Amino acid sequence: MKRALVIDDEPLARMVVLEYLQDFKDEIEVLGECNDGFEGLKAIQQHQPDLIFLDVQMPKINGFEMLELVETSPSVIFTTAFDEYAIKAFETHAIDYLMKPFSKDRFNKAVEKFLAQTPAQAAKQTETLLESASQSPAQHERIVVKTGTKVKIIPVADVEYLEADDDYVSVHTKEGSFLKNKTMAFFEQMLDPTQFVRVHRSYIIKIQDITRIDPYEKDAHLAILKSGAKIPVSKTGYAKLKQVLGI
Amino acid sequence: MANQHLTLSRLRLAFLTGGVVWAALLTYLVHGFGFTWFIALSDGIINSVLLGAACWLINNNLRYFQPGQGSYINILIWCVALAGACTLGCRWILPYVNSNSVYTNFVVQSLTIRFFTDFLAVGWMAMISMIWYSQLDQKENEKRKAEAEKLARDAELYNLRQQLQPHFLFNSLNSINALIGFKPDEARKMIHQLSDFLRGTLKKDDQQQVTLTEEMAHLQLYLDIEKVRFGHRLMTEISFDKKCQDCILPPMILQPIVENAIKFGLYDTTDSVTVSLRAELEDNYLTLMIQNPYDPKTARPRKGTGFGLSGVQRRLNLLFARNDLIETHANDNIFTTIIKIPQI
Repeated sequence: MKRALVIDDEPLARMVVLEYLQDFKDEIEVLGECNDGFEGLKAIQQHQPDLIFLDVQMPKINGFEMLELVETSPSVIFTTAFDEYAIKAFETHAIDYLMKPFSKDRFNKAVEKFLAQTPAQAAKQTETLLESASQSPAQHERIVVKTGTKVKIIPVADVEYLEADDDYVSVHTKEGSFLKNKTMAFFEQMLDPTQFVRVHRSYIIKIQDITRIDPYEKDAHLAILKSGAKIPVSKTGYAKLKQVLGI
Repeated sequence: MANQHLTLSRLRLAFLTGGVVWAALLTYLVHGFGFTWFIALSDGIINSVLLGAACWLINNNLRYFQPGQGSYINILIWCVALAGACTLGCRWILPYVNSNSVYTNFVVQSLTIRFFTDFLAVGWMAMISMIWYSQLDQKENEKRKAEAEKLARDAELYNLRQQLQPHFLFNSLNSINALIGFKPDEARKMIHQLSDFLRGTLKKDDQQQVTLTEEMAHLQLYLDIEKVRFGHRLMTEISFDKKCQDCILPPMILQPIVENAIKFGLYDTTDSVTVSLRAELEDNYLTLMIQNPYDPKTARPRKGTGFGLSGVQRRLNLLFARNDLIETHANDNIFTTIIKIPQI
């Protein structure tokens, strides 16, 4: 018996999924419904479902952002009217995606695909899905992090600099720093390269926040930020910085 | 076109009058030299007819052929040639009409002055024609341009009105899909609301303004559908003064703003949301104020959702040629959009 969650902010949309799931009563048990990403996150943590039906456009944090915060993600079937290119990126990684309104036949196909999967396949797929979720275009404007049990949304404009911290990246803002389970390379790719520069193996800084750059030891420099933080700039980082600033 | 005929016949009349005046002046002048009225008159008439023909020729020429920048020299040559032809005509025709030797002598002696006056007259005519026809051309061009602009504007307005969010449509269809299973009556009702709403968006013409009452009825259809979709999470507060009821506004101007407010409000909080709309009549402006709650800390830059507002702004600009009819404020977690519609 597999266990499933339905996450969608429109009650009627959840109703359709529940109704269609009646046909799979013997194979899939419905654990519950969630109104938004926060509830979804909590329920996933609590119940560890095998499958979620996930809407993309939801209040506060969207479906992709929610996935980013989940530690071990279940298999995902997207249910969405989101008809843009974004969904294409997940086509190969999610079990399936259903465009609202979808027919029962189409729904059955998606669920059968899920049921036919071996656990190993599912795990692999979920991993790649999480990776690509964080590259959705919605993510260029803000960074979603978890602090304890709370979810914090940091607009990219509030970020001062990023610092590598073992397997995590520490996102420094005026309100303090937050850890995110991602790599520096990931952020380097995600953030606008005209605003953020990776000046060092372990640092990405916001150009706007630089107040001055001082020479420091041989070949290296030190960038002083508005907040007073001193960030080491490597030789290659300095070259990159000069290129972006056009000097 | 009738107007053009009128101006053309008036032009001809002016041309004829000019010719007669010219002939009279010349007659008077030649008579002043001591010739008989008959000789003076024939001199005046013949000279004027020749000059008139030359002027007509150059005018006609310029009517069908606007000189380019380099070809003014051609016109000059034309003027000289035509003036020369007129003078030569006088030289041979006048003595033929009056074989008086004193008069013949006078004609030959006055050839230079005749040539220059003819040249000046033809040149003047050429100049007038050039200005006249280029002006006509310009007017025509302007008319064409205005027409093209109007067409483009209509097309743009049409497009702007058509920018219905496909999202809204698909999600509504999905809700209907859900209702069909367990509440068929409500599903049917929603189909009717959706159809009425869509029909309303299709048939409206921008030039025909609607009253606030009509616009509100249309908006209500939209709100009813959204309320089915979002259930108890969406609440609306609509209030307007009695005297606003008959105010006019362009059709479908409110819906995109309210849609924006709903989207912005609903996707920015997990609680229930109240979108409020208030209409007032102030100094001959219908002022519409739409408010929705939002969270300044997490609101996304209004890039994706901004279409509604920029579309409305563009429409107001096209319709009223003004940019100051829409404004937005964000404070105390409330986002306010105000639009003003001039009442004629």
